[in-house]
Amino acid sequence: MRYRFLSAFLLFFALLPSRSWAQENPYIVAYDHYLEEPGSLEVEYFSTFGTQRGGNDFHAFWMAFEYGATAWWTTEVYLDGQTTSHDSTLFTGFRWENRFRPLKHEHFINPVLYVEYEHISGADKILKEIEGHDGDADSADSNAVARREHKHELEFKLLLSSTYKGWNFVENTLAAKNLANEPWEFGYALGASRPVRLKATPQHCNFCAENFIVGAELYGGLGDRHSFGLKDTSHYLAPVAAWNMPSGWTVRISPGFGLNDNSHRLLLRWGLSREFSGFGDLVGHLFGDRR
Amino acid sequence: MMSPGKTWITGLCTSAVLLFVSGVSVSDGRQESSGSNETRAKVNKGKVSGESELDKAPQKARARRNPLENDPDAVAAGKKLFGMHCVECHGESAEGTRRAPNLREPEVQDAPPGAIFWVLTNGIVWHGMPVWSKLPEPQRWQLVTYIKSLGTKPQTPSNR
Repeated sequence: MRYRFLSAFLLFFALLPSRSWAQENPYIVAYDHYLEEPGSLEVEYFSTFGTQRGGNDFHAFWMAFEYGATAWWTTEVYLDGQTTSHDSTLFTGFRWENRFRPLKHEHFINPVLYVEYEHISGADKILKEIEGHDGDADSADSNAVARREHKHELEFKLLLSSTYKGWNFVENTLAAKNLANEPWEFGYALGASRPVRLKATPQHCNFCAENFIVGAELYGGLGDRHSFGLKDTSHYLAPVAAWNMPSGWTVRISPGFGLNDNSHRLLLRWGLSREFSGFGDLVGHLFGDRR
Repeated sequence: MMSPGKTWITGLCTSAVLLFVSGVSVSDGRQESSGSNETRAKVNKGKVSGESELDKAPQKARARRNPLENDPDAVAAGKKLFGMHCVECHGESAEGTRRAPNLREPEVQDAPPGAIFWVLTNGIVWHGMPVWSKLPEPQRWQLVTYIKSLGTKPQTPSNR
């Protein structure tokens, strides 16, 4: 029943007309400074398959709705879930993310401010960011045990991003605070990417080289307020690739490899997204805006 | 699995957030609508908001030459890019909509290519135009080449 609902939901979005063609970056954890175009809605589905030492492998997934409220503010809602092998499937919570662009013009380094509220259970395994002392052992508990823990968390990030000669470089730092009197936790994500071809070809084509963007990202935790640093933290290096199709769909794939014993050995991620430009106008019409 | 009560509360919260997002989109649309008369008035007077931004381009940016000016594929590639990224706001023939100005205005057509490139790169963020530096530099020049090729008259099927 659940999968039937999900299929119908995806089919609905697949059939909605879209005039826009996304030019999405390939990152899954890191962020660049480009926000959603005003009035556009991007619907995303992402999966993470993770291996687990001393436990069952898992498949975590999330659906996200990203909306360009203005050219300087993007807001996004995530719905998270996961399936653990030989265990169960469960909804693990939601997140509400906002990104703000404080500067008017492009600079060599462009900052974006990020604020997120998370309401998730301890069974959440999407690993969209690695913070504090997050590690492989955190995911070893059974779902029945892990879901008893509830996290209300505020997360702040400073996203720095530069574009130079076709390359994009990103440096993200994060500070997260579990509102249940836990210490501040820290983390980072770095990334670099480049389209395979910089000039566009005159023809509409699915497999033109300019539709493919490749790169890599490196991310991990930096401990907490009491023990800042690399000790007992986990880190990942992940090649990333995105395929932006003229139909408005974007496919991303990223095999992430754990760099130390605290990390999952493999986090295989992939995602599918589609952008709908003019969504704001559509909703405006539904609410009686006829102008 | 989450208990039905908690699932219901979580669903309610999520719906509230989505409603809020929708509300934002509505108010955003209305802001654009209320601003549309102003935009039209400016367009009628030949004073599009893009024009003032074009004037703001630094001298160094204005002086940049279009490296793809004589590229035989640049107009066609730029037209394709325009259809993908710009049509939604500027219209099929770049004639402008309530969201963005007419790019066939003399102020745009007479502007140096470097100034148009500068506006594309930096956007007009506080007035709704996103930055387009996410398009690689050659693609932005292809767009400039296409915009400059439009001229001031709308294209008809016969002269397209």
